[in-house]
Amino acid sequence: MTVPTTVTAPARASAGNDVLLEVRDLRTYFHVLDGTVKAVDGVSFSVRRGQTIGLVGESGCGKSVTALTIMRLLDIPPAEIASGEIIFEGRDLLTLSEDEMRHVRGNDIAMIFQEPMTSLNPVYTVGDQIAEAVMLHQRLSKKEAWNKAIESLRAVGINNPERRVKQYPHELSGGMRQRVMIAMALSCDPKLLIADEPTTALDVTIQAQILELIKDVQDRTGTALMLITHDLGVVAETVHDVLVMYAGRIVETGTVEDVLLAPKHPYTEGLLRSIPSRGMKGQRLNVIKGTVPNPFNMPKGCNFAPRCPYAFAPCAEYDPRIEEANPPDVACWLYTPAPGSPIPPRIRPRRPVEVGA
Amino acid sequence: MSDQPLRTPATSRVTALTDTAAADYEVALESLNQWQLAWRRFRRHRLALVGVAILAVMVFLAVFGPIIWPYDPLDLRRDLPGPQGFDPIAMPPFGSDGAGRSVFVLVANGARLSMLIGTTTMLIAVTIGVLVGAVAGFFGGWVDNLLMRFVDLVLSIPFLFIVLVAARFFGGGELVPLILIFGLLSWPGLARLVRALYLSLREQEFVLAARAVGVGDLRIAFRHILPNAIGPVVVSATLIVANAIILEAFVSYLNFGLKAQDISWGNALARSQERIAVGNWWWPFFPGMAIALTVIAINFLGDGLRDALDPRAKE
Repeated sequence: MTVPTTVTAPARASAGNDVLLEVRDLRTYFHVLDGTVKAVDGVSFSVRRGQTIGLVGESGCGKSVTALTIMRLLDIPPAEIASGEIIFEGRDLLTLSEDEMRHVRGNDIAMIFQEPMTSLNPVYTVGDQIAEAVMLHQRLSKKEAWNKAIESLRAVGINNPERRVKQYPHELSGGMRQRVMIAMALSCDPKLLIADEPTTALDVTIQAQILELIKDVQDRTGTALMLITHDLGVVAETVHDVLVMYAGRIVETGTVEDVLLAPKHPYTEGLLRSIPSRGMKGQRLNVIKGTVPNPFNMPKGCNFAPRCPYAFAPCAEYDPRIEEANPPDVACWLYTPAPGSPIPPRIRPRRPVEVGA
Repeated sequence: MSDQPLRTPATSRVTALTDTAAADYEVALESLNQWQLAWRRFRRHRLALVGVAILAVMVFLAVFGPIIWPYDPLDLRRDLPGPQGFDPIAMPPFGSDGAGRSVFVLVANGARLSMLIGTTTMLIAVTIGVLVGAVAGFFGGWVDNLLMRFVDLVLSIPFLFIVLVAARFFGGGELVPLILIFGLLSWPGLARLVRALYLSLREQEFVLAARAVGVGDLRIAFRHILPNAIGPVVVSATLIVANAIILEAFVSYLNFGLKAQDISWGNALARSQERIAVGNWWWPFFPGMAIALTVIAINFLGDGLRDALDPRAKE
């Protein structure tokens, strides 16, 4: 890695010792009947203490698998962690025993899921479930854990938590359940909170409240946040740094301002252009042409080349890697000279893209 | 906090208003756990209530019958009118058999044994079936394969043949071996059911969420998943009780079951067949009715429980 010129997540990784989580060359494959799916194919990034980072990409690009791999929640087999290191506070999570890992989960790294309607066990009260999470990691009596459950419900803005703790999930609305999930995730003061599409299943007004809440608790507790979403609007409002994933790889990184206002990678640009805007009334919506490549049969060169409006000769031949770029913030031959290719890169500066334009 | 106020229609039961700000419209719905909800649905199921009533009578008969009708079931009467014994009019309520024993006392005493056999068989079968099914369905892989092939093996043995052979060679007419034989052969169906439930429940997001807070495998399997599978298990358990009662009657009828001194419904039936031709219908009728009524009541109960415990059921 060369001297970073822009402030990006991987660049910071080498800089300070305040790095909380460092993922190096992570590859998660799924072995299924039809062959092998490389769901995560060489992903590296890092998260500093207290940093907020967004992982963006369309469905199936590997964002959730990345999170589940970090938590070691994938069933092996069919999944296989083919290579990589997940360094969390100096320890490689991939080398921990299941017992040690169980202590990391919930205690050091907590996770919130997409479906608040099904993420709570229907047969226990919300208090039982939060208290259980607390008692797994802290030496507390049942009574103390119960009080802690009440406190954590209060902390996520639930009115009258003394009564809410005694309620069953079916008695709560979707937004309330997601608040409960957040309360449970934060009950053990984790150092990293992974939120996997936390607002996708909620309606828009509740989405805004939940995002506000996540931001708020992040501010208050100083926990690092990794927000996984396909919604660029959510990213813009909530996080500081962004990783854009496409077909199992990180294709672009940077601060929210850099990436969303002046994207480099044609894929990011396409994502931004495909957001409908008010100015385009009566026009057809912009789309990224084509579909995500068949996971069993990835293109030889750049994975995005078949859909890329700027594709030129090297794109079909050579596979761009974000680590080889200078600065390492985009995986695209428009910015990096292709090896062995006589064609020079068409260096393009970051330029503003208008949403939906 | 616009998702907070849970306004309920005026008709729903309101238990408390918050004491906090007047602006806070929070109104609490009565907090019901899954058992209370199930009971609510169960109460609406007429046939199930009939089943419960019949079973209550049978249990009453089993517990108090021999006390309030204090005849020794083996007590013989000398003044028999003929080989067919007393008819129900001459010796109420159910008449007597050829040796002068009250059929009512036989039925009441038989209720004890039949119910005992039914419930203990069920307990053994449920314990094994839930353990095997839960472990197979939760852990999957080779564990699942091994356990399910064992289930196939148990199911592939001709059931009645093995019951009769085992009853003859290991039963010896005793109660405990007979219950063990029934229990050890009645679990495979339940194991398959529990496995299927686990296969679908373990993919539920709340299981993933529990693992994500650090809950261990065994705790997830038995504390988190099992309560969600309890409905179908309870239903299936009631049917095992009914089956065990019928099985006892059947095995005893073939004289492979309990020894003649033990009074069960099956034995009472077995003894009646020699004299049916003479016209003494009350010998088989009352024990037979007891079996039929009990089994049908248990099936009604199971049906009601199926509806009440179905997680998809809505109010």
